[in-house]
Amino acid sequence: MAEHVLPRRTYYTVFAALIVLTLTTVFVSDLPLGRLHMPVALAIAVAKGVLVVLFFMHVLYSPRLTWLVIAAALFWLAILMVLTLTDYLSRGWLPLTNR
Amino acid sequence: LSAKHPAVLAHHFEDLRQQHQAATLGMWIFLATEVLLFGGLFLGYTVYRLLFPAAFGFGSGMQNKLLGSVNTVVLIGSSLTMALAVRGAQVGDRRVLVGCLALTLVLGATFLGIKAVEYTADYEEGTMPGPLFTFRGSEEHPLPEGLGTAGRTAFLKQLEMYFLLYFLMTGLHAAHMVLGMSVICVLLVLSRRGRFGPGYYAPVELMGLYWHFVDIIWIFLFPLLYLVGSH
Repeated sequence: MAEHVLPRRTYYTVFAALIVLTLTTVFVSDLPLGRLHMPVALAIAVAKGVLVVLFFMHVLYSPRLTWLVIAAALFWLAILMVLTLTDYLSRGWLPLTNR
Repeated sequence: LSAKHPAVLAHHFEDLRQQHQAATLGMWIFLATEVLLFGGLFLGYTVYRLLFPAAFGFGSGMQNKLLGSVNTVVLIGSSLTMALAVRGAQVGDRRVLVGCLALTLVLGATFLGIKAVEYTADYEEGTMPGPLFTFRGSEEHPLPEGLGTAGRTAFLKQLEMYFLLYFLMTGLHAAHMVLGMSVICVLLVLSRRGRFGPGYYAPVELMGLYWHFVDIIWIFLFPLLYLVGSH
């Protein structure tokens, strides 16, 4: 039934990349980036997450159905986030007296 | 049942490959629900961070960045050993499988131990939410100046909200690790008995998926709770 067996080296390389990215995100948190701190931190976190998903979780070698489940999970997460934030971020836009 | 039918193959599956793929798909669907479980907390964090950026930055600044960084490395290390354990099962190397599962347990316990040290420091500093929240600024972390009495009270309430989310998110994460480690203990016993090999290792693979998922949650928690706004 042997599924795709990755060489050990792949795992070590991904691990090294994750450590480097961790050190990077800690290092840049002390730089004077102002409003850019959140986007930079999230971009690094997303990069790390993608590495874990693709290699440690074998998604790169998984059937399309697995990709579909992940896409659905992220889509529903996006609905949760975006629709709620449309409320919170737009409060105060209209001059309602009872606010 | 024919002789070709292995004992670990459930009768409603064609072969082990189909059984393995069905199990993996089921695990991924469970993980999708987990994304939404944690998603609610990430949403709460996002909303309150947008509402109270100053207090949340202050809270991040109160965290022990060194312990947080060490824990991140420890947890990523445990993901590596978990991945190698799955590989050990795939290629039928029982020694690697058992050894790496044990290492994963050790690293998981190290993570929880460091987390306990951090929680203890939070308790002593009075930053646990609810009645235990007695923090009113300290020498190391003085409150911002010029807030006024009302502003000070509001700022402390907002800071308490940061710590409420901090404990909920890291606590739910830690609970997931405890659950994962319990299952790894069972897998460790089964692995020693030679239950898994190239033909059948789905439980180890699924445990790996769960463990890596918990790792990913921490990969997002660490910058959000420890780094952003901490300078």
